[in-house]
This record gives sequence, C-alpha cells and structure tokens, in this order.
Amino acid sequence: MSIPATEVAVLDAAPAPTPSKRARLRFLRGGKTLTGLSILGFFTLLAVIGPWIAPYDPDMMSDKLLQPPSGDHWFGTTQTGQDVLSQILVGTRGVLLVGFVAGFFATVLSVLVGVTSGFLGGVLDEILSALSNIFLVIPALPLIIIIASFVSDAGDLLIAVVIAFTSWAWGARVLRAQTLSLRRRDYVEAARATGEPTWRIIGFEIMPNLTAVIASGFVGTVIFAVLLEITLAFIGVADISNWNWGTVLFWAQSNQALAQGAWWWFVPAGLCIALLGTSLALINFGIDEFVNPRLRTETGSSRKIRMRVGFTPVARTDRTNGSGGTTAPVALTKGPGAGVKSGANGSGPAKAAPPERSPGRSPEQAPDGTPDRTPDKEPRS
Amino acid sequence: MKFVLQRILFYVVTAWAAITINFLIPRLMPGDPVQALIARFQGQLDTSAIASLKALFGLDKERSLWQQYTDYWGQLFQGDLGLSFTFFPTPVSEVISQSLPWTLVLVGLTTLISFLLGTGIGVYSGWRRGSWMDSLLPVTTFISSIPYFWLGLIAIALFAVKWPIFPAAGGYDSSLVPAFDVPFISSALYHGFLPGITIILSAIAGWILGMRNMMVTVSSEDYVMVAQAKGLSERRVMFSYAARNAILPNISGFALSLGFIVGGTLLVEMVFSYPGIGYQLFQAVGAKDYPLMQGVFLIITLSVLAANLLADMVYLFLDPRTRKEA
Amino acid sequence: MTTGRPVLTIRGLNVDYGTGPGAVHALRDIDLTLHRGEVLGLAGESGSGKSTLAYAVTRLLSPPGVITGGDVHYHPPQGDAAPVDLLTLTPQELRAFRWQELSIVFQGAMNSLNPVHTVHSQLTDVLKAHRPEMRQAERTGRAEELLNLVGISRDRLGAFPHQLSGGMRQRVMIAMALALEPEIVIMDEPTTALDVVMQRQILRKLVALREELGFSVVFITHDISLLIEFSDRIAIMYGGRIVEEAGAAEIYRDPRHPYSDGLLHSFPALHGPRRELTGIPGSPPHLTAMPTGCAFHPRCGKAFDPCAGHVPVLTAPDDAPERTVACWLHHSAPGDAADPAPVSVSGAGPEADPGAGARESAGDTSAARSG
Repeated sequence: MSIPATEVAVLDAAPAPTPSKRARLRFLRGGKTLTGLSILGFFTLLAVIGPWIAPYDPDMMSDKLLQPPSGDHWFGTTQTGQDVLSQILVGTRGVLLVGFVAGFFATVLSVLVGVTSGFLGGVLDEILSALSNIFLVIPALPLIIIIASFVSDAGDLLIAVVIAFTSWAWGARVLRAQTLSLRRRDYVEAARATGEPTWRIIGFEIMPNLTAVIASGFVGTVIFAVLLEITLAFIGVADISNWNWGTVLFWAQSNQALAQGAWWWFVPAGLCIALLGTSLALINFGIDEFVNPRLRTETGSSRKIRMRVGFTPVARTDRTNGSGGTTAPVALTKGPGAGVKSGANGSGPAKAAPPERSPGRSPEQAPDGTPDRTPDKEPRS
Repeated sequence: MKFVLQRILFYVVTAWAAITINFLIPRLMPGDPVQALIARFQGQLDTSAIASLKALFGLDKERSLWQQYTDYWGQLFQGDLGLSFTFFPTPVSEVISQSLPWTLVLVGLTTLISFLLGTGIGVYSGWRRGSWMDSLLPVTTFISSIPYFWLGLIAIALFAVKWPIFPAAGGYDSSLVPAFDVPFISSALYHGFLPGITIILSAIAGWILGMRNMMVTVSSEDYVMVAQAKGLSERRVMFSYAARNAILPNISGFALSLGFIVGGTLLVEMVFSYPGIGYQLFQAVGAKDYPLMQGVFLIITLSVLAANLLADMVYLFLDPRTRKEA
Repeated sequence: MTTGRPVLTIRGLNVDYGTGPGAVHALRDIDLTLHRGEVLGLAGESGSGKSTLAYAVTRLLSPPGVITGGDVHYHPPQGDAAPVDLLTLTPQELRAFRWQELSIVFQGAMNSLNPVHTVHSQLTDVLKAHRPEMRQAERTGRAEELLNLVGISRDRLGAFPHQLSGGMRQRVMIAMALALEPEIVIMDEPTTALDVVMQRQILRKLVALREELGFSVVFITHDISLLIEFSDRIAIMYGGRIVEEAGAAEIYRDPRHPYSDGLLHSFPALHGPRRELTGIPGSPPHLTAMPTGCAFHPRCGKAFDPCAGHVPVLTAPDDAPERTVACWLHHSAPGDAADPAPVSVSGAGPEADPGAGARESAGDTSAARSG
C-alpha cells in the first residue's frame, strides 16, 4: 500500500482547467493503466460468473482429503475434501463487492467533507480537517475489529459500511488540499465575482477538476477495503460462512494447513489478493502520472540517450559520434577551425550564416552560405 | 513553540475522541454480549470486578449516559480496564503491560528500519530515474499489495516448516525466563527475526514508491537546478537539495500512516503467535473478550499518537518553515 | 558600447525536446556571440526559446531536452588559452566549469533558494565546492562581503529563504551568482517577479557591479524596454530562432524585422519619445506546430511570397554590416516560391549584395497592404 505522501505532488500540478476529452482519456494509453484495468476486468468477470463456472460446490465435502493440485482439483482440496478453486471462484464476488461498496461510500464521504472544508474554509474547515486527521491517526483495524465483533453476524454490507466509515479520511485530506488550490484559481474567483451560486461553482468549476483526484482516492480506498475485509475474514471477525479469499485463508490457518505442508490451500488466495491489489495500484499510478506529468517514466527517450537531471545529453546528429556525449571523444580537438570561425563571426561584415538545415532543402538556397561551414553540417534526417 | 502546542492539542483531542468512541461502541451496539459473559462467569467474579465492568460497558441502565461517561473516565484514570476473560481473572491492564514491550520493540524497530531503508532506496531510484531500478517498480508494487499476514504465512511455510531454520511461533524460547541477559535476548532476536523481516518486506515497498515519487517531483524544482548550475558535487545536490526536501512530505506521511502500519503488524504477531498485543487482540477476538479488545484498542491508539508526536518533532527539526514564528 | 574579444560563441546550436519521431525542435541553428564585458539582451515572447538557449549553453536543460547539434565554446580570459567546448565536457569538468566561469540567476527567485537551508549555507556551499582550500571563516567572510555587495545586511546570513522578501531573495541570488567572480552571468528573467521600482533598482545595481567586476551578462527577458535601457546588444528570438541581432540603440531606432518592430510597440518605453502601442496580432506558435518558412509569417503584416515557403537566414543586411536580421524583406528572395531552384547569387561570398531586389519587392508588398 502506498499511502504516504503524494499530497504535495497533487497540489502543485493540478490538471488544466478544461482538459479535452482526448486528454482525459490519455491515461488509458499508459501500459500500467492498461495492465491494471485488464487484471481488474478479469477479476470482475470472475466475480460475476464465478459461482457458475466453479467446478464444485465450495461447501461440499468429499473423501479426497488434503490433495495437492491435480486435474480434478486445480488448486487441490482442503482437509475436509472441499475444492479450493471453487472456494476462490465463489469468493471473488464478496471481495469485489465489499471493496467497491466500501470504496463508493468512503469516496462520497471524502468528497463531502474534503470539498466542503476546502471550499468554504473558516471554522467549518478547521473542524472538518481536524475530524479527518483524527480519523486518519486512529488505527482503523483494531477499531473495526471491535465494532465487528460486537455485532454477532457481520454480513458483507455491514463490513463494507464500517470500512467506509473508517477509511474516508485520507481522500478527504487530499481533496481538501486540492480544492483549496482550485479555489484560488482565476476562473473560480471570476465565477464567484459574477455571483454564481456556491453549488454551481462547486458542481461545474471545482468538481470537474477533481475527477482524477477523486478517482485515485476511490481506487486507493478499494485497495484498502479489500485488504481490510480479507483481514477481518482471516481473523474470523467477519461472517465466515460467506466465502471470500480471507475465509479460505481463515480455514487454512485454523486447520494447520501450514504445518501440514498444504501450500495449495493458502497460496492461491494470497496471490489473488496481491494480483488484485497490484492491478488497482497500477491504475492509481496511471492516474497519478496523468495528474502529475513529472512522474511519467520517460516517454520517447531512446535507449542510446540517457536523460539525466542537470546534464543535458548531447546527441549531435551531424557527427559520427551520435551517442551520449558526456564522454564523447570529439572534445576540444576542433583545431584551428573553431578559432577561425569565432573570430570571423565575432566582428562584423564577414558574418557567417549557417546553411539551411530543414529536410528537403538544399544548402545553396542560403543566399550567402559560407563555404567553410558546409562540409561538417548535413541536413538533419 | 506554537507549532508544538498546536500538535499536542490535536493529539489530546484525538485521544479524547478515541476514548469516547471506545465508550460509545458497546453502548450503541445491539444486545449485551458483556452481560452474557458476566453471566457465564457468575460466581467467579467479585463485586468490585462486576462494578468496574458495569462502568466500562454501561450495563447499569439506571444511570444516565453522562453519568456513565464520567464513571468511565473515573475508571480509566485509575488504570482500571476491567478483567480479561481470556486470562481470567487477570486485569486487562496487566495483560497489556506484559505484552506491550514486545510489540513496541518488534513493531517500532521494524517500522523504523523499513522507513529508513525504503526512503534510502527511494532517494536513489528517484534520482537515477530511468536506470535499471525502474524495472524493480512493478515488483515493489506487487509486494506492497500482499497483505502482511499472508507474507507471514509464506515465511513460516518456507523458513519454519519446509526448511526449519527459524521458529514458527513465540517470542522466545519457552525454557528461558525473561531477563536482560544474553541467552534471553539472543533467543528473542532469533524468534523476532522472521516476523521482523515480514514486516520490513511488506512495509518497505510503500516507502520506496512514496520517496521515489517525491524525489522525481522535487528534482524538477528550481533550487535543484540551481544546485546543479552551481557545480556542487552530485552527493550534495542529491542529498542536501533534493532528498532533504523530498523527505519532508514523507515524514508527515509516515506519521499519518502509522495507524495503518500498526494494524498490519498486529496481524503479523497473530500469524507468528508473537507475545505482543496483536496476538492478545487475536485471542480476545476468539474468546469474545471485550474488555481486553477495548483495552488493546486504547493502548494502540495512544501509542500511535505518541509516535505521531515524535514524528512531528522530527519534522519540526527538519523544516525551518514550521519553526518560523516562535 | 563594449566590443571586447568574444567570451562565449554559440554556433549552429540545435535543441530538441524528446527524441525520435515525436521530438520537438526547440532551438534551431542558433548563432550568437557574447563579448567580454558586454550586456547581451535576449528578447522574445514566452516559448520563443530564450530560456531554453540559456539552459542549453550550460547543459542544464531538464529531460527530455537534448542538444542535437552545434557548438558552444567558452574562451578563457587568458589570451592564448584554447577555447573550451562546453558540449563535450565530462560531468566532472562541467561541474568545475559551472559557476566558476558561468553563473546563472534563475527565473523566479521564489523557488531558486533551497527552503531548508540558510542563506549562509547556500552562499558558502558553492565556495566549498569550488574553493576547497578556503577555510570556514574565510567562506563566511566572503558570504558577508557578497551580501554587502547587493545591499543586504550581513545579519541576514542566518536567515532562511522564507524569512526574506522577494526582492531580497533575488538579490541573494545575484550575490550567489557573483560568488566566484565568473566571466559570464546569465540572467533569466531576473526581475519579472518583482515590482517595477525594485526591478530597476536591482538592474542598476547589477550594471554597476558589472562595471566594477567586468563580467559579461546575457540578460533574458520578454520586456524589451528593459533591454533597451540596460543592454549593449540585443538578439531577438522567435520560434526557436534568432530573428534579429543588433546594438540596443539600433534596434530601438530602426528595427529591421517586423517582429522586433512589433515587440517594440508592445511595451511602453520609460525613456525617449512616446510611441504608439500596437502589439502583435495573433499568438506565438506552438513548438509542435511551427509554421513553414519564416515562423513569423502568419502574424506578419509584411509577409510576401517567399515567407511561407523558405526560412530566411540570419545575415547582415547590405546597408548595415554591424547587425544581422533573418527576414526576406532584407534579403533576396529565393527565386520563385514554387520553384526552389537556387538563385543566381548562390555560392557568392559574403561581399555579394543579394538584398536589393528583395527589398524592392518587399517595399511593394507592404505598400500594397497598407494602402
């Protein structure tokens, strides 16, 4: 989980006031985002059709006890002969459902609190941001454990709501900061000066520019919710009769799968969690890079030229040595040419003009191209 | 000074909020699970223990909510968190004071190590952007998406079951008596190694990514370009100009995500049956031991607040801008 | 006007942003010479490449900037020392060269100072890097001297950047730029963030310091009126090229390039006779969509046949050998626009006079348009 500190980055590189439709969709083109979306799509598909394609009833016991993976049972069986693959397939729905429901509610809460406090300011802002900081600092997991264990049968929906209730604060904090910076923009000031109602300014001037931040907050909360939910199921706080990946791990742990060497019992569920988490994190990277272009991994830089902060590469296309430049051996050995040229150019009438170098045009079009410069310059290809 | 006072005030308010939440939860929840517990232990509880449980969980319906609230605070100030049912009849405060040092050392040390190590790696990979280190990023992302406890399970499966190099459970060799001597401490280190590595490995990825992104962002600041233009040594530019500024938001991020990290490390304790408060919480959940659960929550929250205050002090030391008006 | 020996020569400098087919040409065929002791002004709208030029010279351009061609030579003050090719220095050599010979006062002093270090630390670390033999006390003494030079009391030495006003920060930056008494100081919009009074105060200080210390200045700004007041020579940039270069007085009195003319009429001059402010229609071209031929022709009131198809080269107009301009109004047109065959004068030496015909036809066109 990469919760820490993207705040500053978000602050000073807000998206342009009116990104075009194409610009908005541009982040989809990044490899990271695409990979993330594909994995997420795969799991979403499983969540929908999982119960139908599951080869066995996940609760059905059989006499094939603790079998390693085989053709019949791809992920092996449990101590009571249940099919692990079926448990995971059936469990996907619960995981995604809780993740997205919790993500949705938490995002709504964070937008309400964050945008309100950022836009309205004053005492209300102080109170709301103190509130979100309190919720940030209080450890969520023990709190949720307590709440969930007081309720005798904590179903998926309740778990989702509790998770949402404890995980909105980070989003609210980021949104507040972003709203604060947007509020000072000219076009918002202008809208206020012309007496537009507050709800219109928030709805039409502020919110469209928060889309990326809200989306990234949503994805972040989904990651958080999925992890929490699985954790709760693993501890046995959530209702263990509902299948999800955490429940699989709960049964594996309580039946000593580790000590019995039944790796197939807990490895697939964990990999699924990690894979889902990675996909969501990748989507978030895509959004981050969209919001803060500085984070983009180099685009268009070839392997030959290494970009380095503070040392601009020199790749002279008109020389034999076209690489890096920092250690290029073409150094000071320009010989007399350099001196002659600078002398000639420095003073007056014999000013040399460089030949025209646009592709497709020949040097002789330059009205008074000096012959001594033409040999070492060629049109750029 | 104003900054420090502000922060302390904030933590006092947060502590108050946490305690009040703790007070309200059992009173808002349907049913009386604690009443049922008391009924089960009927006869083994003395009257004062029943009285303190009643005060803590609001079982005395005669009293108003406000009276219950003042009673509750009275109990807390006496350090009375009720009796633990898991370790009946040990008081909760005693259970916690026995397990807290284990958690403080394990979690404190490993969190610090992972923060420092992750930040260091992040500085390098952010500075040398486009180098081979960038190809590690997907791996890092993948590791950071693995839940702590699952990594713990894998660690046990590999290094305690398949190749029994390390113990699978416990905080020290049970034949030893806890003391500050070489055999005990080395046994504690030996037992703590696997859980420690698990925590470091799961937590470090977040710090690497966070610091890398801050380094990349800060590297394009004007003052870094000025430092390059000044012809300063690469080390000076990288550490004194770029990293020195990039670490600031990471430290506030550290403070804010402590609560989250601590949650994850509690699970590692559970998986390794490590004798810290995370494991106690796990046992309390299994036994529906509400007083212990609530006590653990309070202590964890207070510890996190203390750690936050510490991080704030470090921030104050590193950022002259927060020091301005004394 | 100072016409010493050249101290920095830039020949055919080309800079791209990005590499491969998506690369954008930010600077094209820049030829520029800075002479010892002079103030060379660099003017142009934002996006014209002024700052890119300044950073490319010292190889400070941030990724994805790439220098794709040309030479930049630094000529040491010792008469017979060989010129240094800045584009082939190793990082170590470049570090040693930077600030020692060429320092920069950056655009936007607000962010140029490291917020977490004191003024003292930022003034002395450059001494520590380049003058390792200096002792701590000497460095501090030098830092106090430098602050004194720009009119800041030395008790601000322990201050952090956020404790200084904008003007003070800018002066600290200037003090820092002079720390090693370099030969060249590049000033990139050094005063844009300041109010007008402060601007002039700082520039006067700078000019006075130049007299005292004898360095050369490249002064970059979009405010041409400042340049006319403070610089010896002015080069005007448009669309990544230099379009005109001449003495400040010549530019003011008699701008040859229509763009220079437009720039001059976009700012009120503080001194001299009043001019009518007209501005330039349209907006500067984007680097990714540079017009063909002369980049200025879509906005130019005097554009005629060759402008859209052929890039004019920066050369001296026949009647004024001391200055250069890249405009077809002042050179012979390259024959028929539809037929890119070489004109008769091609290959002739610099003494040839290719401009007459072009000027005549230019006169016709502009007359026709204005009439």
